[in-house]
Amino acid sequence: MENLVLQALSGLASASSLFLVASGLTVIFGVSRVVNFAHGSFYMLGAYLAYTFVTQLPRGHLGFWGGVLGAALLVGLIGLVVEVLLLRRIYRAPELFQLLATFGVVLIVQELTQMVWGAQDLLGPRAPGLRGSTEVFGLRFPLYELFLIGVGPVVLGLLLLLFHRTRWGTLVRAATQDREMVGALGVNQRMLFTSVFFLGSLLAGLGGALQLPRESVNLHMDLSIITEAFVVVVVGGLGSLTGAALAALLIGELHAFGILIVPKITLVLVFLVMALVLVVRPHGLLGKPEVAARGGQGSAEPMIGPAPAALRWLALAVLALAVVVPPFLGDYAISVLTELATAVLFAASLHLIMGPGGMASFGHAAYFGLGAYGAALAAQWLGAPMLAGLALAPVAAGVFGLVFGYFCVRLSGVYAAMLTLAFAQIAWSVAFQWVEVTGGDNGILGVWPDAWAAPKLVFYYLALALCIGATLLLRRVVHAPFGYALRAQRDSALRAEAIGIDAFRTRWLGFALAAAAAGIAGGLFAYGKGSVFPTFMGIPRSVDALLMVLLGGVQTLSGPIIGALAFTGLQEQLVRLTDLWRLILGVVIVALVLFFPQGLAGAVRARWEARHGDA
Amino acid sequence: MLQVTGLSAYYGRAHILDDVALEVGAGEVVVLLGRNGAGKSTTMKAIMGLVPPAAGSVRFAGTEIAGREPFEIARLGLGYVPEERRIFTGLSVMENLDVGRRPATAGLRPWTPERLFALFPSLGAMQDRPGGRMSGGEQQMLTIARTLMGNPRLILLDEPSEGLAPVVIERMAEAIRALKAEGLSILLSEQNLHFAQLVSDRATIIEKGRIRWSGSIAALLEADEVREQYLSV
Repeated sequence: MENLVLQALSGLASASSLFLVASGLTVIFGVSRVVNFAHGSFYMLGAYLAYTFVTQLPRGHLGFWGGVLGAALLVGLIGLVVEVLLLRRIYRAPELFQLLATFGVVLIVQELTQMVWGAQDLLGPRAPGLRGSTEVFGLRFPLYELFLIGVGPVVLGLLLLLFHRTRWGTLVRAATQDREMVGALGVNQRMLFTSVFFLGSLLAGLGGALQLPRESVNLHMDLSIITEAFVVVVVGGLGSLTGAALAALLIGELHAFGILIVPKITLVLVFLVMALVLVVRPHGLLGKPEVAARGGQGSAEPMIGPAPAALRWLALAVLALAVVVPPFLGDYAISVLTELATAVLFAASLHLIMGPGGMASFGHAAYFGLGAYGAALAAQWLGAPMLAGLALAPVAAGVFGLVFGYFCVRLSGVYAAMLTLAFAQIAWSVAFQWVEVTGGDNGILGVWPDAWAAPKLVFYYLALALCIGATLLLRRVVHAPFGYALRAQRDSALRAEAIGIDAFRTRWLGFALAAAAAGIAGGLFAYGKGSVFPTFMGIPRSVDALLMVLLGGVQTLSGPIIGALAFTGLQEQLVRLTDLWRLILGVVIVALVLFFPQGLAGAVRARWEARHGDA
Repeated sequence: MLQVTGLSAYYGRAHILDDVALEVGAGEVVVLLGRNGAGKSTTMKAIMGLVPPAAGSVRFAGTEIAGREPFEIARLGLGYVPEERRIFTGLSVMENLDVGRRPATAGLRPWTPERLFALFPSLGAMQDRPGGRMSGGEQQMLTIARTLMGNPRLILLDEPSEGLAPVVIERMAEAIRALKAEGLSILLSEQNLHFAQLVSDRATIIEKGRIRWSGSIAALLEADEVREQYLSV
């Protein structure tokens, strides 16, 4: 009983901290419709800056609280700069582009933080006046935790006052519903957005700064808090403050009691709750259905035709090189080429969902990883030969694609992206926490090809044949009646249904097909590397896939292939040449979103069409 | 007050407006008539900067406004009342008015909620009601009132009679005549010729994105073949 009270209290303290971060995220989303991945980075920066301020300023109340508030304020200003330099330019871009651009900021901030503060964990001082503990219902409870429990409701109250009792708040709420109309009434939306972004970032910074007396400051704070904040915001309903507060309470307590009851599946539990809420209430607890963007002036999706002759010859030439050259290369180069082949299939499979399918996926790595784990587990526990493992990979990924997809393809836009992310995180958590079966963080080692395929060159040809075959098959699908249906429901689900296309089933099957294809890539990748790890399903790998597709261009069929080659090649070189690859990758992502929103293939195509007349 | 010349606009590759020209004098009510899809709303949006004009000039009170941002255009004294009303459904009537509030304009009596409630009495009775729980006619009045809170010199009124009951349309016509009496200029878009003739001084007819006819309301009522060609359904 005593334990339960303490657990409930510490759950409240976590909920309070979580709410600070989530409230900023949800306020920013409400107005700008940008899902800001960098919000976690602002939280981390808040903690690091507070560490520096508090340790440099004179000790005592002024030094500590001044340092915490100063850090929050500075983070608000950093957020303001990011908004003005980057986000302001991409408010009209598709949501995955925005998500990607803010992920670029995450990478940049990570690298810079490491350069400034180093890689080791930092321990801050405790809060003056709140060092000890106190008696609550006859139990000892840390004073600082009690203070945190109070902070959440106070901040919620202040925010509600701000949004409901000031003209600024009224404008923000109006802009949340229809920003174009607010502009037409003479309100400078830019200033409004910038001020909202300042406030949101400040809240993230405050959330981070207040963690200083509670836990060590480290470089993993950004991604760990952002996934939780995403969950809170999505469960609460995007843009809803009160919803975020409710959800923070729910998630905070879930964590606190989850650890008591089922310590093994705490990570899964959180995402399961999120998936459950989204299935029952597709817009979160208190969210409203998204209003379709007003006054959209985007041109229609370009038609996808068969490849022009020149492109076919080019593809054949590259393929011929891929077949003829490798026997003259060393083992390392052949491994890289094998990886390239799987990357092409991985990207092509995601492209089927995003391009012709018109759906958002932010968790495609799940299916890559499920394929890899399917093959590896079969080898580990059943002693399956390689071909059986490779055959199992797409089946495992496809089955989970059917199950997860059944829920994901019902949603659209940001909610769909978040649900795919949630499922991917569930898969990742299982691989990470179910140590007995999956080996946890240590992964499964010794997943090597059978003797006949053991030579790198033989395995490479196998991978090449399977990947190119599957990629061509996906291409064929797009030009088959199923592909027409897929594109028809993307352009207008209603009109597609009116001519007898079952839009839901079409999306569902498309999603599962893409998952199965990603599974093949994952299975081959596992045998190529000889091991599988939970990182195969992590967020960064999902981002890799998105980058490949967006780098190449969503609107062309060759885009993902070119993107996969360019991205994998670039990453390979970067990692080898410099320690700053995250920084450079982040800058490349941001530059890509800003300057090549149509991707490489899209840019080439635009030039081609300009030269050869309208295709 | 407002001069539009050579205005062109596109949605993607579709040419929606082609060389549109029209003029609204100070204190004048001009109606832009045309069938569904003729380009009336797009003309309004292009003037307001909500659809970027591809070519042409829009001069308002002596200032070139083509290519400027909607909020800057609004601040110059151009009010926009959209066709779909676009009330902030989560905000109360008073809050909706508050969003539209701008400083007074020289030479015009400033609008206050009280004056607007005198113009639209039904709004005064529901000041705290959320915009989402109002009837279509009440929402239409609130949209106009919200725009008036910005103290505009000219308002663009996009199909205010659409979907309203005849008795509400009568009241709307009275309100527009009252605004004209205040000295406001109005560019109205309409399909309803009956409503248009109640309030307008002049008419301009648009069809497939081009201006086909311009003249006084009296002249339009005389010109049977023009009405037959461009307005009959």
